[in-house]
Parts: sequence; C-alpha cells; structure tokens
Amino acid sequence: MSHTRYRVAEAGEPRKFPPEALARIDTILKRYPTKQAALLPVLWVAQETWGWISKEAAEEVARILELPPSHVDGVLTFYTMYNLRPTGKHLLQICTSISCHLAGARGLVEHCRKRFKIDLEETTRDGKFTLVEVECIAGCDRAPSMMVNDKYYEPMDEKKLSTLLDRLSGEA
Amino acid sequence: MERVLLKRVGTPNSRSIETYLKDGGYEALRKVVTGGMTPEQLTEEVKKSGLRGRGGAGFPTGVKWGFLPKDSKKPIYLLCNADESEPGTFKDRLLMEEDPHQVIEGVILSAYAIKCKTAYIYIRGEFYDGARILDKAIEEAYAKGFLGKDILGTQTSIDLYVHRGAGAYICGEETGLIESLEGKRGQPRIKPPFPAVHGVFGCPTIVNNVETLACVPHIVNRGAEWFAKIGRNEKNTGPKLYCISGQVNRPGVYEAAMGLQLKDLIFGQDYAQGMKGGRKVKAVIPGGASANMLTAPEIEDCPLDFDGVAAKGSMLGSAAIIVMNEDTCIVDAARNLSKFFSHESCGQCTPCREGTPWLYTVLHRIEEGQGRVEDVDLLERICNQMANGMTICVFADAAIAPPLSSVKKFRDEYLHHVEQKRCMVGPKAALVSSEAAARRGGTREGTVANAPSPSNQPESART
Repeated sequence: MSHTRYRVAEAGEPRKFPPEALARIDTILKRYPTKQAALLPVLWVAQETWGWISKEAAEEVARILELPPSHVDGVLTFYTMYNLRPTGKHLLQICTSISCHLAGARGLVEHCRKRFKIDLEETTRDGKFTLVEVECIAGCDRAPSMMVNDKYYEPMDEKKLSTLLDRLSGEA
Repeated sequence: MERVLLKRVGTPNSRSIETYLKDGGYEALRKVVTGGMTPEQLTEEVKKSGLRGRGGAGFPTGVKWGFLPKDSKKPIYLLCNADESEPGTFKDRLLMEEDPHQVIEGVILSAYAIKCKTAYIYIRGEFYDGARILDKAIEEAYAKGFLGKDILGTQTSIDLYVHRGAGAYICGEETGLIESLEGKRGQPRIKPPFPAVHGVFGCPTIVNNVETLACVPHIVNRGAEWFAKIGRNEKNTGPKLYCISGQVNRPGVYEAAMGLQLKDLIFGQDYAQGMKGGRKVKAVIPGGASANMLTAPEIEDCPLDFDGVAAKGSMLGSAAIIVMNEDTCIVDAARNLSKFFSHESCGQCTPCREGTPWLYTVLHRIEEGQGRVEDVDLLERICNQMANGMTICVFADAAIAPPLSSVKKFRDEYLHHVEQKRCMVGPKAALVSSEAAARRGGTREGTVANAPSPSNQPESART
C-alpha cells in the first residue's frame, strides 16, 4: 500500500556476510539445482544478519548468487516480509483480515497509533517499535491475532496488548 | 466420526518422532517401500480412495499424479503447498505445528508414488514456528533412515527440504509457488503447460496441499475403501478439516466426515456451539475469502463438501467457514475482503491489478457515506470486466466473489448506504457524520475517496 515498500534504502556502507552466514548460504545452495532458487532463503539470511536488507546487502546477494542486481530488487519488492529499511526492535504486525476485523482488530491498530503517536509503517523515535498491518496470518480461530517479530500473540484484546507493550517498552 | 488427521493433536509431545512411532507412525512408509508396493499401485490406491485436493480446487489427487509423463528423463519434483494464506484458513498451521511427522510421512509416500527424489515444503514466511518444527522433524526422519539415501535399506532415495516464502498470498497458486521457489517474483504462469509436464526448473512437478498429503499415510494403512466410505458420496470422500471463525462461540479446526452440514458445524455441540451472544446468522463465507457469501436461508441443508457447496453457488475452497452475525455491516465486510485482494494482486494482469483497487475504492466510499446510487451497478460492472478468463490465474475470479455475491444478495443494504449515507446495521447505523449529512443536504456529487488511509476509518470494533 505504501510506496516506501517499493524502495530499497541504502545502508551507506558495504555489506559482507560473516563466516557463519556464509556457511549457511553454502548449505542452502546444496538444496537446489540452480543458484537463483536459493534467493529467498539467502535473503532471509541477510535479514537475520542485519535486521533489514539494504541496497548494498541486495547487491552482495546478487554477487554471490550470480544474479543481476535488478532481479534481486524485483524479488525484494514483491514480498512484504523483507524489510527494505531498518525497523524497530519490535515489529508489531496486526492482522486486519476478515476474521480479525470482525473481532475488533481495528481497535488494536488504533491503540498502537495513539500510544506511540506513529502511523502505519512508521517507527517510534526510540527505535523500539514499528507498526504494520498484515493480511491473514492463519490465527482466525484466536482472533484478533498479531505477531511481534516471529512470535504469535493471540487472542488479543486492548488490555492484553497494553500489558504486552508495557513489558516490551520496559525491556532494555 | 473418529479423529483421523487430528488424532494426535493435543497429545503430549505430539511433535516428536518417538511418540509418532509409538502411535504407529511410519508404518505406512515401511509397508510401501519394504513391502514391495510399486509407485503405480500406490497411485492407484490414492485414485481409488477418491481423495480430492484440500487446498481449494478439489482436484482428484491420484488423477493429478497420473498426469506426469510416464518415462520422463528429467527429475520429478513434489512441492508441498504450505503457503496457507486464504483468509479464514488455519488448518495446515495446526497440522504442521502439532503433528509434523504425519505431514512428512505423507510427503515421503507421495514422493515415492510419483518417483520423485527431491521434495520441498513451501511454507509461508509468517510460519516461523512451523518451519522450525518441520526442520527438526525432518532431521529426526533423516536420522531414522526415513529420508535420504536408501530409505529403510531399499533402493529408494528421497530428500526433503523446507523452503520459506516471504509474504505473498499469490504464492499459494501452484504456478506462483513454482516461480517463487525458483527465486523469482511469485507471478503465476500461463497454463498449459501444466506443472505436471513443465513445472519447477522446467521439470515435471506435482503441487499438493499439506492436508492432502497428510491423508496419504492413512489411505495406505487402512485402505482406499475405508477412506472412500467416509463422506457423503463417492465423489466427496474422506475425513476433512473445517476451519470455523467469526462470530461463533467456539471457533477452531474441527474434523468430520466430508459433507458435514454447515448448520451442524455452526450450531453443533461438538463444533462451534452456536452464535456468540445468541445473535442471528446474517452471512456465511463457506470457503475462505475467495468464496461467494451465503445468506442465512442458504445455509439450510448445505453439506460442506466440494459438490454440496458448489450446488449452493459457492465453493468449499479451503473449508474456511467465516460466520457473520446480524450486526455485521455487509459493505464493511466486503470492503475488508477487497482490501485484502487489492493488496495481494501480483500485478501482472491489468484487469486484476487495476480492478482490485477500484473495487476497494468504490466499496470504501460507499461504506464511508460518500457513495453514489450508480456505484452499486459500477461494482458489478467492474467485477464482470475482471473475471472469467480475463487473467492468467483465478485470483481475479476470487477477488470478485465478495463484492459480487454481497451486492447480489444484500442489494438493499448497499442501496441503504448510498441513499442514507450510513450503515443499515451495526455500530455506525445510527451515526450520520456531519460531513455526510452536509453532503446529503447539499450536492450529490461526492468526491472519490482516494487512497484511504486507515486513519480516516472510524472505529468499528466489536467484540
């Protein structure tokens, strides 16, 4: 929805994978008959290494997999889970698809917006939280469902959300 | 009906290979590979069982396998479709997280049946836990000799890998999935050629859903006849997982014989136990966001199987039943569903790329009291220009289902919106925003609500 999703930001410095990431990439490459097929998994390694995927990281991935950088760019901007710029420490992903919508997901989004005074796709000044809406995450029986980074929190309500955000805010 | 696919879900350590083996796991694999059952015999058995694909299309699984070229010189691939993204669907997540070995055994058996040496489980990116659990289970299966070279001391070798997606609904479409696995944007391919002939890496490929593959060990263990006897008739067989969500008392995944009555699923004591707060049913989506809505009278005598729901003018799809009560504004629901489709369109076909945001825009302005009388017809016209073969895949056909079916079945509610500039039911029914009121008294020429941001959508939360 937002045009920022289609622009890969620059990190301003070259990106080189650390040795353990390179070892993982080697293992991944053995699983596929082509180097290109390893693109999505290797981009995941890049995201786990730096937290987001910069233009420089994308170019490094392109170099390793012998792909045109433009191809990597095209793939990066197609999939919504690759972060094209730095995100907060806690990525708040609130599902607003139909079952969660019927269960009041809108209230959760509004709660976060008011509390942090940020809009969707924005990050708090202290760099702790980024707020995004996501489409159905298969938590419909425990609606409204949400994820913080890679963990599900469900079923949610505003009170539970408030407690969760208190806890995450207090963490160093 | 006894539990089959969900039998081990909820039991202690259901994820571990030890408990799976103790419960008779991998016996089907042993029976097939060491018992001398040929791939052809296994395919025949699956054909006889009447198993139809659980991902949405309901295509007979054994027949699909039969489309593979008989003497292919190229390797054959099996892709397990675990990209479960259809709004309202959450059964595959449960199967993979709670009983991963059942899925893996299904994959190995099916790979054997189609003579595939390398299989991938394409799992959606959001299922971090699912991927971790599968990775661990696959490692266990390798250690026990159920995967890898010379399975159980036979000549059969199969490798299995988990491949994570990264957030794109369209990758659940089988050729979109194939493109994505090849490291490209997940844009569906023109068919033919079908994947069975020209699939991933240009090789013959079979794509099957998680639940479909999880049925295979049971067919081997208990026989095709046993499987075929479960269900409403010989075309709709086997146990089936139903995902029910929305405004019911007990949402969840329920297993029943194919052909469970929709009313029983909503009201039955063993299932969802009726409507929350005793409200009335207004509309039911029987097969995920892509299925036509059913009205309350239409849920009478509606067997939940491929042909039963089709007879009602909708589809079973992924068996995701979403129930809406009488306080749900149908325009708001259609707007929500259209937002999903406009976000998820892959963008390669013009009717879909342009049509889906237009549907959302028009629905949004109707819901916000800025609609015009002609907008209701406009919705239908946009829908008719998007579907029925205008695009490469069926995404556009899915995207028009919510607006088209709701306009058809709840036209009075749409007209109420455009005439009264407010909802007919729900929390916003009594509200007339000053803006809308002014417009009602003044000019009829409403401005198009373009690129609506959620900030100008009023609170509509209900719990």
